[in-house]
Amino acid sequence: MSRPAPRKPEYHKINKDLFVLTYGALVAQLCKDYEKDEDVNTYLDKMGYGIGTRLVEDFLARSCVGRCHSYSEITDIIAQVAFKMYLGITPSVTCNNSSRNEFSLILDKNPLVEFVEELPAGRSSLCYCNLLCGIIRGALEMVHLAADVTFLQDRLRGDSVTEIGITFLKKLDEKKYRRKK
Amino acid sequence: MADEALFLLLHNELVSGVYKSAEQGEVENGRCITKLENMGFRVGQGLIERFTKDTARFKDELDIMKFICKDFWTTVFKKQIDNLRTNHQGIYVLQDNKFRLLTQMSAGKQYLEHASKYLAFTCGLIRGGLSNLGIKSIVTAEVSSMPACKFQVMIQKS
Repeated sequence: MSRPAPRKPEYHKINKDLFVLTYGALVAQLCKDYEKDEDVNTYLDKMGYGIGTRLVEDFLARSCVGRCHSYSEITDIIAQVAFKMYLGITPSVTCNNSSRNEFSLILDKNPLVEFVEELPAGRSSLCYCNLLCGIIRGALEMVHLAADVTFLQDRLRGDSVTEIGITFLKKLDEKKYRRKK
Repeated sequence: MADEALFLLLHNELVSGVYKSAEQGEVENGRCITKLENMGFRVGQGLIERFTKDTARFKDELDIMKFICKDFWTTVFKKQIDNLRTNHQGIYVLQDNKFRLLTQMSAGKQYLEHASKYLAFTCGLIRGGLSNLGIKSIVTAEVSSMPACKFQVMIQKS
């Protein structure tokens, strides 16, 4: 692979590494502090929630997306715009049920686990990337959408893909949005 | 990629998370700062490895410090260190007049007492980076007026 300009692309990648490495250090510290995997998962989710509530403003300011008219549109935007903007990946979206309020994001590549070979011993139910679930949940709540976001499958835990499930819980506000039939 | 916002928010959550789970008191405060600093240390070690993969060998200590002030700081905080001072006997003072992690917090003396919490991670970052370049050091930070801050690096001669 040839390198056109000497340093710039490198710096970009290293900047991403900063976030990934910091996240890794955080998870390592949490594993030291909490014995149970559920506690670490909950903590990561709560932290992600705090981040998501603030990140959504940054996202809306940068992306200038318009009003969404359906849950699937929202999920598409999360996958194609938000993930691309912050993590540089575009997960694929699938809809899991006929009432169109359960979706899955399938992550082909996950930059957060770039430096993780495997989960530490005795931590088999650790959701390493649970921060992402919290972020999505927090962001959605700031735009008045309640959702349940969890990891349905995780490559680190032995599954074949990494899959995040988003279940929208409440109807969209009728005043602002038209419900997609 | 808008990584900066992500890292900023993660860092702030990190600090508030560490302090939330600790009790009040001087001892606990010190422990939290140590925790944050150790996390920064780990990250600094990893980061400097990624960074210096392709760079030339450093001539001396001053060269390393200049690298930290210019390239390292620019990549991590999008700007260079504004002022580097040294007494040529192992003490370096890095001054950043608009420290990225403090700009959103205040522009003056407000919240000054909380500033040290938000600098601990970066102190560890510098210490970790230097450690993997073969330099043992102690890094402390001081803030007199946000968002300007000074990082003091004391090289430990073994």
